[in-house]
Amino acid sequence: MPQGLRDIRRRIRSVENTRKITQAMKMVAAAKLRRAQDSAQAARPYAERIEDALRSVAQDASASRMPLLRPRPVQKVGYVVLTGDRGLSGPFNASILRRLQQEIRPGGDQVFFAVGRKGRDYLRHRGHHIAKEYIGIGDYPRYYQAQALGEDIVRAFVSGEVDEVRLVYAQFVSAMTQRPVVQQLLPVERPQGGGSRQYIYEPDAEAVLEELVPHYLYASLYRALLESKASEWGARMTAMDSATRNSEDLIRNLVLLLNRLRQAAITNEIAEIVGGANALQ
Amino acid sequence: MATTVPVSVVTPERELVRTDAEMVLVRGADGDLGILPHHIPLVTAIRPSVLEIRTPAGRERYAVTGGFLEVRGDQVTVLARTAERPEEIDVNRARAAKERAEERLKEHAADVDIVRAELALQRALVRMQLAEESKKTTAV
Repeated sequence: MPQGLRDIRRRIRSVENTRKITQAMKMVAAAKLRRAQDSAQAARPYAERIEDALRSVAQDASASRMPLLRPRPVQKVGYVVLTGDRGLSGPFNASILRRLQQEIRPGGDQVFFAVGRKGRDYLRHRGHHIAKEYIGIGDYPRYYQAQALGEDIVRAFVSGEVDEVRLVYAQFVSAMTQRPVVQQLLPVERPQGGGSRQYIYEPDAEAVLEELVPHYLYASLYRALLESKASEWGARMTAMDSATRNSEDLIRNLVLLLNRLRQAAITNEIAEIVGGANALQ
Repeated sequence: MATTVPVSVVTPERELVRTDAEMVLVRGADGDLGILPHHIPLVTAIRPSVLEIRTPAGRERYAVTGGFLEVRGDQVTVLARTAERPEEIDVNRARAAKERAEERLKEHAADVDIVRAELALQRALVRMQLAEESKKTTAV
């Protein structure tokens, strides 16, 4: 019986340590989520202005010589998959990859641009063709990383390697909820609505459009990277919160069990002493 | 009282400045531009250059490495790929980038992207120029 008590004590200590770790990870995740949201906020003015300008220019320019805007018969699809480099983030990575799995046609012709170790490993394990992988984006994505990724997919699209590029990532709804979505990147869909503002374009509308479209794409990618990070940290925070809660429940039950056993052992000892004393009389 | 026009300099990662200017100077796709208040709506790409914002209080200068300039409804927006104040410029890094770009242009190898190297060179030169000039003015 004392053996059992010691085991339970050891168990409580171990769960206690786990709880401390998950608690700390939860706090870290909350702080990083906060920063990711701040970055997303700071990136908004630029993204909105670029979209606004594109909307206006697209009305005034003929897009016929812009390959990035022109749809063509789709034979090969490129997928940009945004996942995290690390696990311990609840269903975050799995839900994105599940969404991707629904999206791709079995036996279809497709290549992958894998952002994040988790997605890379998954795709590699399944034997998919990975055109390029981006590991180690870090906790705070920078614009130049989005631009490098964007330049790669523009090159693949213009060279005819892929006829369409789609983006799979987790949209940030709240810390509790992230929604895996698929979004078309190339050819760029022109933002709808909004009238011409009767701008003067220098040197002309077509030239401005030609410069604007890639930057619009990079800005979209940058926004997606930031949002994906926010989702990842949100998912991790939620996962760590429930892990902390679970260990608290576990500890409570173990303490209860420990006390019950301890009491039983004491009762038993008293009974033995009383029995022994009685026998001596 | 001089008339002014609201100007904001926005990069993909943050809004850098918001101020009122008497004049905005930058190099556009077709050459140098000077934007005064009440300019007609305009959109143009901008080249790596020194962006100068003249305010009633003085002049602010930034090294921009490309992007767009938009004028509309009496509001000037510079959508810059990057924009740095003189004191933020890492001169050593710019010099290294300049040498790297020159190296690549000299090689003339088939796998060298000339346009890219040219642009990298321009960016480095703009940064060095602005850092150099602001050092002089603060020394005087």
